[in-house]
Amino acid sequence: MIRSEVLKILIPVISDKLVVCNIGLPSQELHMLDDQPSNFYMLGTMGLSSSIGLGLALAQKEKVIAIDGDGSVLTNFGTLPTIANNVADNFILLIIDNGSYGSTGDQPTYAGKRTSLTKVAEACGCENVVECQAEEAVEVMQAALDSNQMTIIVCKCESGNIPVSVIKMDPVVIADRFMTEVQKRN
Amino acid sequence: MSINDKIVSDFEQNNVEFITTVPCKQLAGVIDKIDKSERIFHIPSNKEDEGMGLCAGAYMGGKRSAIIMQNTAIGVTINTLATLIQYYHFPLPMLISYRGELGEPVACQVEMAIHTKALLAQMNIPTYHFHEADDVKEFDAILKHTFMCNKPTAILTDASFWSGVSATSEGVVK
Ligand SMILES: [Mg+2]
Repeated sequence: MIRSEVLKILIPVISDKLVVCNIGLPSQELHMLDDQPSNFYMLGTMGLSSSIGLGLALAQKEKVIAIDGDGSVLTNFGTLPTIANNVADNFILLIIDNGSYGSTGDQPTYAGKRTSLTKVAEACGCENVVECQAEEAVEVMQAALDSNQMTIIVCKCESGNIPVSVIKMDPVVIADRFMTEVQKRN
Repeated sequence: MSINDKIVSDFEQNNVEFITTVPCKQLAGVIDKIDKSERIFHIPSNKEDEGMGLCAGAYMGGKRSAIIMQNTAIGVTINTLATLIQYYHFPLPMLISYRGELGEPVACQVEMAIHTKALLAQMNIPTYHFHEADDVKEFDAILKHTFMCNKPTAILTDASFWSGVSATSEGVVK
């Protein structure tokens, strides 16, 4: 399974949650599969999905899922100690780890080589770090949601992309629509 | 009221409830008071662009946020300012230790100081320079301005502004 297939099978469990989605293809795929006011699409700034998600989770009560990638977490490694030391039990970080920089043409990342993001997250002090295969993503996500505990999921999948169009929504519209939804739920 | 107390009190009065910090010697006193404030959630970040991500998330969650950092961070955060904070119209007061100005003991700090205002100007970021202790009186208005116009704003605080403050943590506003 590739990332877009992982996102597709996850839609039934994450569709009604607040989702912060990583820049590039992940946001474009989520937008194509299931555009919702509860989705915040990153149009720029690689690496900050987990930081935006944590800030959002700490600031309000609703559950937040940040969808990140292995390459993006490598870009913003400092995020993992911050997450570990500022526990928000309404926060789930889903790292879709396809071992490559998907949006830029599948160049390999170190996470696909010798570096284990699961072990890094644990070494940073994160509790509830779950590594799973793509096929287990739904079950693991549902368990994380049910646990009411902050969880880091490292979901291993194959690299590869599907054709998908860019998001044409204005960033201010994305943010305003999302913030209205957040406010409605709190 | 000391400068540090005035800054923290202005944050509180303007309902800034979420502040991320990357430390600087000049800012140690104010960071300490923010950490102790019961009305402000203080979350140290490891890098300033990460901190801006936290602030963006908190703002979307309904909490006014701010970042405290050194001017060297302007070099780190240009992309984040352009493609996150400015692109999505998030307000973000940036209280900045302006290292490399008169009184600076570390030569290397001057290297980013000479670019700081030019970079902020290039980014069209409203910029305020606190040089005298009394300049802090504008801080309240700057915060209100930031949340009125939904832009990042930079408050550069130099060594002269902080002179006497870091030694005692109690510089006094006349
Ligand atoms: Mg990847």
